[in-house]
Amino acid sequence: MTPHFEAGTFTPAPGRGPLGRMLATQVSLETRLALRQGEQVLLTLVIPLALLVGLALLRVVPLPEPRVTSVLGTVLALAVMSTAFTSQAISLGFDRRYGVLRRLAATAVPRWLIVLGRLGGMATVVAVQLVVLAGVALLLGWRPGTGSLGWVLLLVLLGTAAFGAAGVLLGGTLRAELVLAVANIVWFVLLFAGGVLVPVAALPGPLAAVVMLLPSGALAEGLRTALLGGAPTLGQVLVLLAWAVIAGGIAGRTVRWS
Amino acid sequence: MSGPAVEVRDLVVRYQGRAAVDGLDLDLPAGRVLALLGPNGAGKTTTVEVCEGLRRRDAGEVRVLGVDPAGAPDALRARLGVMPQGGGAYPGVRVREMLGLVAACAANPLDPEWLIETLGLASCARTPFKRLSVGQQQRLALACAVVGRPELVFLDEPTASLDPQGRRLVWELVRGLRADGVAVLLTTHLMQEAETLADHIVIVDHGRVVAQGSPESLTAAGADRELRFRAAAGMDLRLLASALPEGCTVTEPSAGSYLVEGSIDPQVLSAVTSWCARQGVLADDLRIARRSLEDVFLELTGRELRS
Repeated sequence: MTPHFEAGTFTPAPGRGPLGRMLATQVSLETRLALRQGEQVLLTLVIPLALLVGLALLRVVPLPEPRVTSVLGTVLALAVMSTAFTSQAISLGFDRRYGVLRRLAATAVPRWLIVLGRLGGMATVVAVQLVVLAGVALLLGWRPGTGSLGWVLLLVLLGTAAFGAAGVLLGGTLRAELVLAVANIVWFVLLFAGGVLVPVAALPGPLAAVVMLLPSGALAEGLRTALLGGAPTLGQVLVLLAWAVIAGGIAGRTVRWS
Repeated sequence: MSGPAVEVRDLVVRYQGRAAVDGLDLDLPAGRVLALLGPNGAGKTTTVEVCEGLRRRDAGEVRVLGVDPAGAPDALRARLGVMPQGGGAYPGVRVREMLGLVAACAANPLDPEWLIETLGLASCARTPFKRLSVGQQQRLALACAVVGRPELVFLDEPTASLDPQGRRLVWELVRGLRADGVAVLLTTHLMQEAETLADHIVIVDHGRVVAQGSPESLTAAGADRELRFRAAAGMDLRLLASALPEGCTVTEPSAGSYLVEGSIDPQVLSAVTSWCARQGVLADDLRIARRSLEDVFLELTGRELRS
């Protein structure tokens, strides 16, 4: 059964593949991995969809009309947080455990391209979430005409950067099991007490002040305002930018590849 | 492709103050196979990782294909094929996807489907990495190491978890690489593997080179000075010692394994066999000319290679 290799089979012909092909292969692979892993899909698509449909149709929580528009902002913020922070941190934690970053670092791929490939995969998943959630919202009666879609896209972008930086910082520094626990707990706390599900205005005073400085509060409040036709405050934009820059800066220095 | 593939001088790597590699030298000529042989914790993996550019060194000179790997320059990495210990892949990635990703990084990759077939991975080509057996993970790692048609391949413990059939496959692959002019640096703690595959063996222990040379020169050194045989453990050697010529000694270095040292001539051989006959035991595996690498290692380090 042992094969015999014909002469010339392995004759060296080294070289780096085209950067575009390397990037496209990695982005497509990381996107597929994220979209076929059950726990991640639950977090990034199923729960936001269930909340969107449930809160829009069931009148248990009083919300400003049109209900679906109010809910969409909440659900988009949750979707960004789930993908860029929790899902990203957990997959990075286990990818490090399984040595994939070292594996890729040992190929001809430049390191910046590996990082770009990860970000590209994350951005693609966020884009899929946007399309799916907006599509379902349309079916539920959402009319985009009233909203400032430019602001919505900017906020989603900034939110992805802020949560993504924090997610990389968490997933890139701790042990995989610890990342799993912390990322899920933070997700849960931010969902209920971080300004996502419960608006900042409904939170007790001191907590509200803190939540305004969290990416969750800034993103969710900004998105709700923008979808109703308003503009986010400068403070909300600055909070998201600051989280992206500061967490990204720390991550750049501390993240370990294995 | 002239000049050495790997040159290491006085390499030092410390972990928390302790030297894992402590003044190590290596030379791998282009197109040859070098085996780093040593027990676990000897510093083999650390040395290889420094050469791959994946680990910093604290001191020493390293040249890989003429280039310092310290900054892990992209242009150098493109010429290397690396099999890290334990592989390395996304936990949920399928075999075919992972090999495809690594192949996409190379300008002229081998056909991934051919490699999957050849390395016996066809039946698990759609299986996620974390559900593969350790042997399958190892064969995938091997495929990833060679798919880019590198000039130099680093294989860290390439057969550690393979069955005999998988091991023969790896050996055949290494021979194929060598025949086509690819240099291979492999680590192993299997003597037979080093003896079978390598042009040059470097035995390391505690981060230092304790011996090096071709398999023949390592096992031949001092061979005319000793005779070895196996018999029942714990035999009384006093009678034999008195029958041996002046200057010869007999010991039992490990249970059931006997060593006669001195000038080995027909008289010594006759003394040993007649003593065995008188004891009513059959001397087994009696040899004069060659030591095994295991013996060499045991003598040099006082340690068994496989604990």
